[in-house]
Amino acid sequence: MVRPRIRSAAAPLLLVALLAAGCGRDAGPPAGGSGPPAEIKVFAAASLTAAFGKLGEQFTAAHPGTKVVFNFAGSQALATQIRQGAPADVFAAADTRNMDKVADQVSNPQSFASNLLQIIVAKGNPKGIRGLEDLARKDLKVVLAAPEVPAGRYSKEALDKAGVTVRPVSLEDNVKAAVSKVSLGEADAGIVYVTDVTAGGDKVEGVDIPVEQNVAATYPIALVKASRYQEQAQQFIDLVRSPEGQQVLEGYGFLPVPAS
Amino acid sequence: MTGIARRGRAGSAAGVPLLFAVPAALAVGFLAIPLLGLLEQTSWRQLASELTAPQARLALRLSLVCSLGAVAISLLLGVPLAWLLARVEFPGRNLVRALTTLPMVLPPVVGGVALLLAFGRRGLVGQWLDRAFGVTLPFTTMGAVLAEAFVAMPFLVITTEAGLRAMDRRFEDAAATLGAGRWTTFRRVTLPLIAPSLGAGAALCWARALGEFGATITFAGNLPGSTQTMPLAVYLALETDLQAAIALSLVLLVVSLAVLIALRDRWFPTA
Repeated sequence: MVRPRIRSAAAPLLLVALLAAGCGRDAGPPAGGSGPPAEIKVFAAASLTAAFGKLGEQFTAAHPGTKVVFNFAGSQALATQIRQGAPADVFAAADTRNMDKVADQVSNPQSFASNLLQIIVAKGNPKGIRGLEDLARKDLKVVLAAPEVPAGRYSKEALDKAGVTVRPVSLEDNVKAAVSKVSLGEADAGIVYVTDVTAGGDKVEGVDIPVEQNVAATYPIALVKASRYQEQAQQFIDLVRSPEGQQVLEGYGFLPVPAS
Repeated sequence: MTGIARRGRAGSAAGVPLLFAVPAALAVGFLAIPLLGLLEQTSWRQLASELTAPQARLALRLSLVCSLGAVAISLLLGVPLAWLLARVEFPGRNLVRALTTLPMVLPPVVGGVALLLAFGRRGLVGQWLDRAFGVTLPFTTMGAVLAEAFVAMPFLVITTEAGLRAMDRRFEDAAATLGAGRWTTFRRVTLPLIAPSLGAGAALCWARALGEFGATITFAGNLPGSTQTMPLAVYLALETDLQAAIALSLVLLVVSLAVLIALRDRWFPTA
């Protein structure tokens, strides 16, 4: 074995010194408005991928000095990241529960869109699925999103409302994975958002779930308190909630927030 | 080995160039600090209750079943393959060896997608399996076993082949001259002689199978009790129940360490 001996204290000392050098906290927020171009990081639910991409383009067009960077993932993963100190400026979640998890780190969450569930099946609906009741059939392979994922929790609510017990073959870790299992033909049906079926391509189609069984997913958006770019982040939120922003979201199949 | 050691002894503390000492120390810290983080966050009082919670117990048992199944498949198919690679000259041998080791470097998620396209319900082989036998592998425990075997078998094949190449073949020749058939020679002479590398290979294979995540969640899906192995349970628990995730991670860490310690002298049987 190659084993040149090193003075025993040297290595750990070096390590500590270097780590300490790298550990400095970010300097305080720069004076708003002036200085280098702002870059806001928007953490958004995976189901918002297409719609927010479009909104990002509109935002940059209207605010040339500000860059928008997106981090799309399951809301539960994003909430965990923000709780662990990820540098988010805006958080848009697919449910209020994940927004509540970071309640002390964001200010003034507001709903901006809603989404409904749909049954996703192969194009042409070869298994003749007409509603949630059919998902209990023994000859079907059904995939759901895992209960940790908002889509999975909503699916369970919908199935409970319909009084249907499903034995899923898999609980996928995000709603898009459930879509792909159906579009690959591995599963016969799944419960996903209407917007996922729209985005799912020509191998899949949706079977509507009646309003009385359906669950409306409400999407809240909030400013992250630790953001260095409060002003720009708020501008992005304003765009999402503006009539133009709402129009973009509707174009991707989202519904307006139900008046309460 | 001894030659290198002698040369190494000449390097005293003063002889270690800073250029090497600093990045080396950083590397050690980089690799070791995450493990410390895991230990630091562990709630030792909760550990037992976390590991005996129903979901964790299901995942532990399933991981044990699947990883041992994957080792069994690897032994059954991988040892003959290793023997062929080590002992028989055949055209395309290097290509076969490259193909066999590909899963070691392939991203496991890619492996999972490939498995779906091959053994899925609409897959190359899978559609035939479905039609002829009514067998579908995705979303089944067998699917999880296959996903683990796919990524873990190369470790067994490589280690066993190295063992076969390193052993003294004169013992086999002697057995043959004394009238032993091929199978008897293999069973009574070859196998005992390569037992250390076979054991090392099987242990590596098992550890890799136990930690498999990407291919499993892609090909076999995620259902507690049938395909949700420990790494999958860790991943999902991470988002809702950090302590459960840490407890399961700790089990995986301890197993990996145990395999490492058991194999420290046999890591490279040919060296």
